[in-house]
Amino acid sequence: MKFGVVVFPGSNCDQDAVDALTLMDQEVVKLWHKDHDLQGCDFIILPGGFSYGDYLRTGAVARFSPIMNEVIAHANRGGYLMGICNGFQILAEARLVPGVLLRNTSQKYVCKNIYLKPESKDALLTAGLEKSAYKIPVAHGDGRYFADADTLKQLNDHEQVLFRYCDEFGNVTDEANPNGSLDNIAGVCNAAKNVFGMMPHPERAADIALGNTDGRLILEQLLKAVLV
Amino acid sequence: MEATNHLPVDSPNTGSLPTVDVARKLGLLPDEYDRICDILGRKPNFTELSIFSVMWSEHCSYKNSIVWLKTLPRDSERMLAKAGEENAGLVDIGDGLACSFKIESHNHPSALEPYQGAATGVGGINRDIFTMGARPIAQLNSLRFGNIDLPKTKRLLRGVVKGIGDYGNAFGIPTVGGEIYFDDCYNTNPLVNAFSAGIVEVGKVAKATSHGVGNPVFIVGSATGKDGIHGATFASEDISEKSTEKLPAVQVGDPFMEKLLLEATLEIIASGHVIGIQDMGAAGIICSTSEMSAKEGFGMDVNLDLVPTRQANMQPFEILLSESQERMLVVVQKGKEDVIQQIFDKWDLHCAQIGTVTDTGRLHFYRWGQLVADVPAHDLVLGGGAPQYHREYREPAYISEFAKFDINTVADVTAGELKTVAEHLLSHPNICSRKWVYEQYDSMVGTANRSTNAPSDAAVVRVKGAGLPQTDKSIVITVDCNSRYVNANPNTGAQIAVAEAARNIVCTGGEPLAVTNNLNFGNPYVPEVYWHFVEAVKGMGAACSRFETPVTGGNVSFYNQSSDDGPVFPTPTIGMLGLMENPDNRMTLNFGQAGDAIYLIGSTKDDIASSEYLYSFRGVKASPAPAFDIEEEVAVQAAVKQVIKDKLVVSAHDLSDGGLFIALAESAMAGNVGFSIKTDAGLRTDAFLFGENQSRVVVSVSAGQQAAFEAALSASGVAFSQLGEVTSGDFVIDGTTLMTVADAKAAYDNALGTKMS
Repeated sequence: MKFGVVVFPGSNCDQDAVDALTLMDQEVVKLWHKDHDLQGCDFIILPGGFSYGDYLRTGAVARFSPIMNEVIAHANRGGYLMGICNGFQILAEARLVPGVLLRNTSQKYVCKNIYLKPESKDALLTAGLEKSAYKIPVAHGDGRYFADADTLKQLNDHEQVLFRYCDEFGNVTDEANPNGSLDNIAGVCNAAKNVFGMMPHPERAADIALGNTDGRLILEQLLKAVLV
Repeated sequence: MEATNHLPVDSPNTGSLPTVDVARKLGLLPDEYDRICDILGRKPNFTELSIFSVMWSEHCSYKNSIVWLKTLPRDSERMLAKAGEENAGLVDIGDGLACSFKIESHNHPSALEPYQGAATGVGGINRDIFTMGARPIAQLNSLRFGNIDLPKTKRLLRGVVKGIGDYGNAFGIPTVGGEIYFDDCYNTNPLVNAFSAGIVEVGKVAKATSHGVGNPVFIVGSATGKDGIHGATFASEDISEKSTEKLPAVQVGDPFMEKLLLEATLEIIASGHVIGIQDMGAAGIICSTSEMSAKEGFGMDVNLDLVPTRQANMQPFEILLSESQERMLVVVQKGKEDVIQQIFDKWDLHCAQIGTVTDTGRLHFYRWGQLVADVPAHDLVLGGGAPQYHREYREPAYISEFAKFDINTVADVTAGELKTVAEHLLSHPNICSRKWVYEQYDSMVGTANRSTNAPSDAAVVRVKGAGLPQTDKSIVITVDCNSRYVNANPNTGAQIAVAEAARNIVCTGGEPLAVTNNLNFGNPYVPEVYWHFVEAVKGMGAACSRFETPVTGGNVSFYNQSSDDGPVFPTPTIGMLGLMENPDNRMTLNFGQAGDAIYLIGSTKDDIASSEYLYSFRGVKASPAPAFDIEEEVAVQAAVKQVIKDKLVVSAHDLSDGGLFIALAESAMAGNVGFSIKTDAGLRTDAFLFGENQSRVVVSVSAGQQAAFEAALSASGVAFSQLGEVTSGDFVIDGTTLMTVADAKAAYDNALGTKMS
């Protein structure tokens, strides 16, 4: 399995994603947004940051980056694709996952540890996760997930909700919701379940030196699932 | 000389050369105007006069501060660049790596336009770091605002925090700590000081210099607009009603551009073809061309027509003085222009050759085919011909009044009052949780912040970044200044600021290495204000010498005063860099488990002077600085270092604002436990619990380590005492439960958020 982390102008979590995967002994390369070559990568990651400054809507410009043609084709072929934070926003703008990400209800950027309850029973990212709550950082100003009623029903009916914000005991409450996301949704996948988007940053909680490895548990589950 | 052969044309076309009155309007003294005429051997035209006015402004020339700054200790074995020599200080941290760090103010812009003022402050300080070839890895900030209940203060606070957040978050360097205080003295003049630290390999450091006749000079990054013209002059005046008329003097920031500029800059420096590079901050092109040229005695011929501009027909002085953000001046090896161009093309950034290096020692600027300014680089810059003044100073009358404070005129707290005082302090804007602020900053990007899940007195950041060699080291950084202490006694107060910064680093398991300072004062032409400055520099110098933490550079911000409110408290903010060689030496401030013993290292005195308790609860504003003895401080820090190194303590937390009670409460809240302690019958209860005499640290020790801990402290000769023990959740004083940890958190956690909602 070869991982590729796309670097858009303004990406700033690309190195963190590379570091986390490298720590887990994975082969990983950076992919430049102006290129048209996925360099044989099997798993593409769109990292966090502020692609193109996010001066329009978050992710709205990045989806038109040259490399996105290949990324979208890769996803449509069933290739693995994951967007974290700004990457999730780009996936939503590119319609590769359902729903949109709106300004946080607080109208403020928020960076802190939150807890995630794994939801989907059959998505590769979550199916084997056993803890009731994973402590993972969020860092975003536009993380409020929203979808219309039909889309929400489809997500729930087809196990496409990956994570919901919860308290440290796994209770999904309003207080535990850092941004006003619909039904506390923190991450979703597409219907084919090869494209994953999430606002929280598992790659920021992957190194024991930082005192929290819950993110590493999530990434290990992913590796276990995709390396089969 | 060449200049007399063909005088530069005047512009704008006023028809005649500007008079001394124009010079005065540009912020120059009549004496300075005469001096300019002497230097040029003729009268300056408007462009040249503008050049001198910004280069000789306080902001660029340090003319009113440099004679005192030179008295600060500036050397140690670890120093790789002397103060003021490069864009930022450079300290050897071993393993072939160096840390570049600096603090800088953006007070005046933030007073008028808090969002952009603060944002561009963050941008500017980071450029100072990465122009040296260092990749920034962490940021701090030190903020001062007026009374938090004023709508204006809330507007400023909201704007500044959002400005710092939006810029730093997008730029992608974590903001890992800082400090914030509120006092009426900052009602008109808030202080916004931004700190950044970066890492570079020794031997790969870029210099702010220029040499080699014929080498091309490039301007890179953003286009040049009309923003921030005379910004440096503006920062060298008192704030007044008319200041809002200078709104164009405030620049506008673009963190996306800065991120691209960071990556492109590090790439061109790595290419090895850069002779010199300097960011454009205050005074824009004229500052970087003159400072880089003066460094080795070279000159430059620059064609201003080639500068990419945001609007047509910009006047020469506008292009030269513009403080448009996210720009750099780069001198490149001749013949390597293409390499540089390709890198900037990759990042979609402007990169334009605007001139060449000459051996004249003079700066020739051309516009529309004509010479518009001809000035000697050396005479413009600090250390060259820029003026240096010895200003008059005089001790203000209030100082001796403050010194007369008698503790016996203040009633001690009664048992019934304790809870009220405790709640007052826990929820006080100067003490309560800063969560409302720091949650708006990305503190974790870069996966290097070791403080996210382990709170401590200073921030711990791993030395880690793209392209850097692996190391186990961390930098330990903090910003500190209790300006109330400095106001009460500038010499002692400045010593305390240094001592507290060092104490914070020591309590975190680090070794203090070096200092950057941000000297925020009022108008230097007021003798009482200048006395603040002189005394604070003396105190800072003494303390930095004693702690062996030389001053690597920093920033002076005068004129933080207004016609209504007078000067702000003298606020010499200390940014201190420490090093943690071994990650296992990391210490946190949170109490561990119930039953652990709680000790105080250091001695408590019958002293409530300048405490938050005295100032805001008792309402007594006039008292001296709290008790402080530098030798006692050094001994306490040595003892704390030893017990951390020997793994004898579970937690360590220094005493500062709010005294012992707040230190205990913070350690307890961070561990979600309580404490039970006994007061000292020989001391006033308020002094014991809330006094802020210095050189004290609260530690907790597990039962099994108590004997070894006591033996180590006894051997050190430093005073220590057992206060009590950690409990499961109650805060107990002399057997009476004051509150629970949950009560304390309720008062502490959201106090600032509640004020701001």
